[in-house]
Amino acid sequence: MAVAIEIKDVSKKFRLHHEKHSTLKEKALKFGRTPYDDFWALKNINLEIQEGQTFGLLGHNGSGKSTLLKCMAGILQPTSGQIKVKGRLAAMLELGAGFHSDLSGRDNIFLNASLLGLSKKEIEKRFDDIVAFSELEQFIDNQVKFYSSGMYVRLGFAVAVNMDPDVLLVDEVLAVGDENFQRKCLDRIKVFQKEGRTIVFVTHGADMVRQICDEAMVLDHGLPVVVASPGKAVREFREHLLRNMRYEEAVQLPESDNESNVEVELGQNTPEDTKQIEAEQKANFKIKIQDIEIIHDHLKERKYILSGEDFTVRVSYEAKETIEDLVIGIAIYDLEGYLVFGSNTDFLGMDVSKISKEGFFDFSFNEVPLLDGTYMITIGLHNTDGGVVYDWWEQRAQFEVMFPGRSAGLVKLPLSLTLHSKSDFGIENAKQQSSTNSHFDNSASIVEN
Amino acid sequence: MSSVEPVLEKPRSGLETGGRGDQSVRLISARPSLRQKLIELWRYRQLLLGLIRREIKVKYKDSILGFLWSMLNPALTLGVYYFVFQIVLKNGIPYFAFFLMSGLLVWNLFQAAVPGGTGAIVGNAGIIKKVSFPREILPLASVGTALVFFFFQSIVLAIFLVAFNYSIDPAYIPAVLLALVTLLVFTSALAIFLSAINVYLRDVAHLIELVLLAWFWGTPIVYPYELIAAHLHRFAILYDFLNPITPIVLTFQRAFYNKISPNTPTGVLHILPPGVDMGWYIYSLLGILIVSIGLFFVALVVFGRLEGNFAEEL
Repeated sequence: MAVAIEIKDVSKKFRLHHEKHSTLKEKALKFGRTPYDDFWALKNINLEIQEGQTFGLLGHNGSGKSTLLKCMAGILQPTSGQIKVKGRLAAMLELGAGFHSDLSGRDNIFLNASLLGLSKKEIEKRFDDIVAFSELEQFIDNQVKFYSSGMYVRLGFAVAVNMDPDVLLVDEVLAVGDENFQRKCLDRIKVFQKEGRTIVFVTHGADMVRQICDEAMVLDHGLPVVVASPGKAVREFREHLLRNMRYEEAVQLPESDNESNVEVELGQNTPEDTKQIEAEQKANFKIKIQDIEIIHDHLKERKYILSGEDFTVRVSYEAKETIEDLVIGIAIYDLEGYLVFGSNTDFLGMDVSKISKEGFFDFSFNEVPLLDGTYMITIGLHNTDGGVVYDWWEQRAQFEVMFPGRSAGLVKLPLSLTLHSKSDFGIENAKQQSSTNSHFDNSASIVEN
Repeated sequence: MSSVEPVLEKPRSGLETGGRGDQSVRLISARPSLRQKLIELWRYRQLLLGLIRREIKVKYKDSILGFLWSMLNPALTLGVYYFVFQIVLKNGIPYFAFFLMSGLLVWNLFQAAVPGGTGAIVGNAGIIKKVSFPREILPLASVGTALVFFFFQSIVLAIFLVAFNYSIDPAYIPAVLLALVTLLVFTSALAIFLSAINVYLRDVAHLIELVLLAWFWGTPIVYPYELIAAHLHRFAILYDFLNPITPIVLTFQRAFYNKISPNTPTGVLHILPPGVDMGWYIYSLLGILIVSIGLFFVALVVFGRLEGNFAEEL
């Protein structure tokens, strides 16, 4: 497969002026003394995105993911390095950017499409598709200032997707519009995937990456953390996020006995690698997960459990000091990355603060109503509002469920079947024919408060 | 978002990717080459037309007279100058209206394009931050818009010429076209250069209006060239080249006013440079054109250096 986007050693520096002087007088008065800081939004990014790939850029706010996307789009120029983009590129950074409110929808389609690089002939060819996609047939000759914000966005999206791009850059724009339109947008992106077009997504929604991307890159403070399969990238992302939390923690705690760790954390912006990360991991956290174990009654005979059986997730921990505010969370995902179940000790009304130095928690699930599949477990230790994360294991443990029956899906719903023949219709006592699950009751294993 | 998640599934890797030919490679780096810039500009020529169309549509939108304003406006300006200089000050130039109109035609283009172009980048911050396209298109669109109004005003001039049965010098029409091209190149260079500078120094937009006012009175539009040149003697040549608009204006006056030394009731009056032939005009224009082309490339280079930070500075 050919490379669609090649990013070579790209860095981007922003100059942060503390006070903006943009008139001649101010510049003259403060000549050469404008206080500023150099800030590296991106540093030494190397990346190849293959043709036909759906690629995710993952990172939290300020990680540089949007800057990188803007560089790919050519809106920002990298300070050094270069980016090669093969084929026509469409960037959806803001839908309807460049619409002129005084012009009609029709004029704006032409103007917007030519902004995106289409010739007049090409626009004419696509015009009907664009209008049909936007569902604005009756309003197309109205000035766009009379459009609702939803109509505006619809028109913007319609233009962008009908450009026939080889490379599509999407920056969290899909969160707009009503549900119907969102579905339509995602449908269109799915078609793009099938047609072998390259798509680059920017998001901080890890689930989005897991569901639609083939590969993802995690960025942190302008540095590449990892380029990997979505599952691995999401894990890195969640755990990396955590490391930054640890840094803040370390700063917050001046009594911290190991100052060199703080240094290591501060040095994170230099492109050094895993050794540092490991050093960070050894940083003194108040509480750490030691192990996650899956325990069930038939462990000796088989690894998997059967639907309806019980199992326990045992989380061993080690605490260095007493934690005032601790919540232990568990989340179960299926292999596609959909959250199947999530809860924590706070939801369950259990106070786990002031726990002793070492020990384990058991999350016991009774009569698991899951159908066939492999499920991943994430465990997180954090405070009540989630602002401080102590430790986080993203999908490191897994378990398998076997369902001997033939029903399909994710959850084994308690189902019973009754047949009412015509003569019996409306008569109180319906005859029970079968029940899939007589031993199975409605109550969930862990009941939320 | 969660409600729509199930729609998507991962495509199997290695899915057909062929059949999408004709893929040009685009290079994004800190220092794009001049050649690359020119190719990009050419690729986006349709956008230039679209932006010009937008400017014109928006300008006269919701006004009753609409496009008529683009002709009424210079006609009224002309009326005022005519009243002041011909009737009140009695400058004695015969057919003053035609003299004035041929010069103003040039100046109006310049004066509409330069301040418009200077503000083009700052004024379109919204698009610059969100859409990628060669940014030089924006100041060029201001020049293009001014050119469209230039044609409207030419129609006014043509109507007057026909109505008064005034004879122009058709031999100078090619020189006029050369002058127009020269004017466009020079104006574009200035507009591109100033639009980039204005992002960092917003004073430029205010300063340029004053400069243009002085520039206007330093150009022989309202008064005849010979009035100044006669005082400058040997330095007249400097006057031509320090103000590249002068030879352009002179060419227009030569073609449309067509009177070098008309006889007035008080005697012979030199208005345009006497004793020069068409070659003088052509060579002057060619000289300025070459310099302007050089300036245009310089402007593109400067613009290229500065545009990397547009999205951040705006």
